[in-house]
Amino acid sequence: MSRYFLRRLGLLVPTLLGISVLVFVLMRLIPGDVVQVMLGTEAQLGPEQRQTLYRLFGLDAPLHVQYLRWLGDLLRGDLGVSLRTAEPVTAVIAGRLPITFELAILAALLSWVLAVPLGVVAAVRRHGVLDALTHLVGLVGLSVPNFWLATMLLLVTSLYLRWQPAGVEWMSPLRDPLTNAQQMLLPVLSLSGALVAVVMRMTRSAMLEVLGQDYIRTARAKGVSEALVLARHASKNAAIPVVTVMGVQVGYLLGGAVVVELIFGLPGIGWMILNGIYQRDYPLVQGGVLFVAVVFVLVNLLVDLTYAYLDPRIRYD
Amino acid sequence: MTDATLGRLGRLRRLVGRSPSALMGIVLVSAFFTLALAAPLVAPFDPTAQPAKRLLPPGGRHLLGTDEFGRDVFSRIVHGARISLQVGVVSVGIALALGGTLGLIAGYCLGVVDTLTGRVVDVMFAFPSVILIIAISGVLGAGLSTAMVAIGIVYSPIFARIVRAPTLAVVQQPYVEGARAIGAGLGRVVGRHVLPNIAAPVIVQTTLSFSTAILSEATLSFLGLGTQPPDPSWGTMLSGGRRFMELAPWVTVYPGLAIALTVLGLNLLGDALRDALDPRLGQPDT
Repeated sequence: MSRYFLRRLGLLVPTLLGISVLVFVLMRLIPGDVVQVMLGTEAQLGPEQRQTLYRLFGLDAPLHVQYLRWLGDLLRGDLGVSLRTAEPVTAVIAGRLPITFELAILAALLSWVLAVPLGVVAAVRRHGVLDALTHLVGLVGLSVPNFWLATMLLLVTSLYLRWQPAGVEWMSPLRDPLTNAQQMLLPVLSLSGALVAVVMRMTRSAMLEVLGQDYIRTARAKGVSEALVLARHASKNAAIPVVTVMGVQVGYLLGGAVVVELIFGLPGIGWMILNGIYQRDYPLVQGGVLFVAVVFVLVNLLVDLTYAYLDPRIRYD
Repeated sequence: MTDATLGRLGRLRRLVGRSPSALMGIVLVSAFFTLALAAPLVAPFDPTAQPAKRLLPPGGRHLLGTDEFGRDVFSRIVHGARISLQVGVVSVGIALALGGTLGLIAGYCLGVVDTLTGRVVDVMFAFPSVILIIAISGVLGAGLSTAMVAIGIVYSPIFARIVRAPTLAVVQQPYVEGARAIGAGLGRVVGRHVLPNIAAPVIVQTTLSFSTAILSEATLSFLGLGTQPPDPSWGTMLSGGRRFMELAPWVTVYPGLAIALTVLGLNLLGDALRDALDPRLGQPDT
C-alpha cells in the first residue's frame, strides 16, 4: 500500500507542474496590452510609464524566466495581489474557502444520503414502481441545468412559499447555525440535483452487477438474510464504481459552485473567479483557477487511494 | 433473430421498438433539429424585434408571452435552438478534430509522442471543465465564437482518450503491421483499418458531448460570457428574465425547459446509440 501511495504521489508532481504551466499560459493569452488591460481603459500611459510598469510586473523578462519566478512565488505560497483591492490573493482565497467548501460538502453529503439508498432499493426492486421512478428522476436530474434549478427554487420559495432571504451576508455555521442553514438550503439543493441523479444511477448499476455474482448466490443459498447479503457482501464491492463517480463529481461541484454562488449571492471561490473575470482582476482569476485545480487533483488522489482500500486487487503496478 | 446476427442499424431499430426512452430521445432530438433548421419559418416574429408590450403573459399572438423588452419568447426560443445547434456542431467538431487527431497520433506513434500526449490530457482532466471553460472564455473575451472554441478545447481530451485506445489495439494487429511493412502510409492505415474500429465509441461520445456543449454554452451565456444580447441564446434569455421572474415567470421557465428537454433528448439518444453500437454494453437493465 505504501509503495502504491508513493507512486501516486510521484505522479502528482508532473500533473501539478502541468497545471501551473497551463494556468500561466492562459493568463499570457489575454488579448492586447497586458498592462493596459490590468489598469483598465481609463488609464492613459506614456511609453516610459508603460516600460516602468512592465519592469515592475516583471513582464520585460523572457517568458520562461517569468514562469520560473511565478512558480518560485507559488511554492512560497505567494499568489500575487488583487489588482482591485491590493489584498494578497492567498488571503482572499482563504477568506472565501469556508463558503465554497461548506456548499460542496453539504451538496455531496445530501446527494449520497439520498442517492445511495434510492439506488440500492431500485436495484433490489428492479422493474418495480420505485425503480421506474428513480430512473425518471435520474434522467431529469441529469438534464436540468443547475442555474435553472436554482432559479426555479428561488421562484417557488419566494412567490408561493413567501420565504425571505436570511440576511444579506453569509453567516458562518459556527456563529449562527440556524441562519447558515437557511442561507445554504436552496444553494445546496440546486447543486446536488444532478449529483443525486449520477450517484443514484451508478449505485443501481453497480449493485445490479454485484447482486448477479456467484458469491452472492452462494451467500443466499447458505441462508444468509437479504439484509445481511446487501450490507456485508454486496455494498463494499458495489461501492467501488460509486466512489469513482463521486471523485469525478467533485469537479462538477467546484464548477457548479460558480453559478450557484452567483445566483444566491454567496461570496465563495467561484464567485471570486467570476468577479475577477468581470473586473479583469487576473491575479485573482489565476489564483482561483489554480487553487480549484489543485483541490480537484488532491481529491481524486484520495479517491484513488480509497479504491485501493475497497478493492485490494487494485495496485496499478 | 439474435442480436449477434443483426447489424448495428438493425440493433438500433430493435432497441427503438422495445425502448420507449430511446424513442423519446429520437423524438426530442428531431424536434430540436427541426426547430433549429426551420427557425425562420416556425418563429412568428423576428427574435430581436420588439413588436409588443413588455412582459405579456402567454396566449393570444404570443404563445409563450413576451420578455422584458416586448420580444416574443417563443420566437426567441426557436432561434435560440439555432444557436445551440451551432454551438453543438462547432464545439464538438473542434473537440473531435483536436482530440481525435491527438488520440490517433498518440496511438499510432507511441513512444515519446504518446507519453507527451498522455501528460497533456491528464493535465486537462485535472481541471473541472466548467471552471476551465469559464477561465478561457473570460480571458479571451466574452462572445459566442470564443465560447465555442473554449468548449471545444476543454472537451477535446475526452476524444483523445476515446480514439487512442482502439487505435493502439488496431495498429498492433498483425494485418496492420503487414500493411505498414508493404508501405501503407498513415492515411491508408487510419482510413482502412483504424477509423472503422473507432466509429462506434466516437459516435456515442459525439452525441453525449453535444448535450454537454449545449449546457456549457447556456451556462456561459447565463454568466454573461457566451452569446451576447440581443442574440437569443437560451442561457442569455434565462439570465435576462431572472430579474423579472416573480412578475413574469414564463420568461425564465420556458428557455430552461427548452434546455432541459434538448439535453434529455440527446442523453436518451446517446444511451440508445451506446446500447445499439456496443453490444457489450447493451444491457438495458444495468
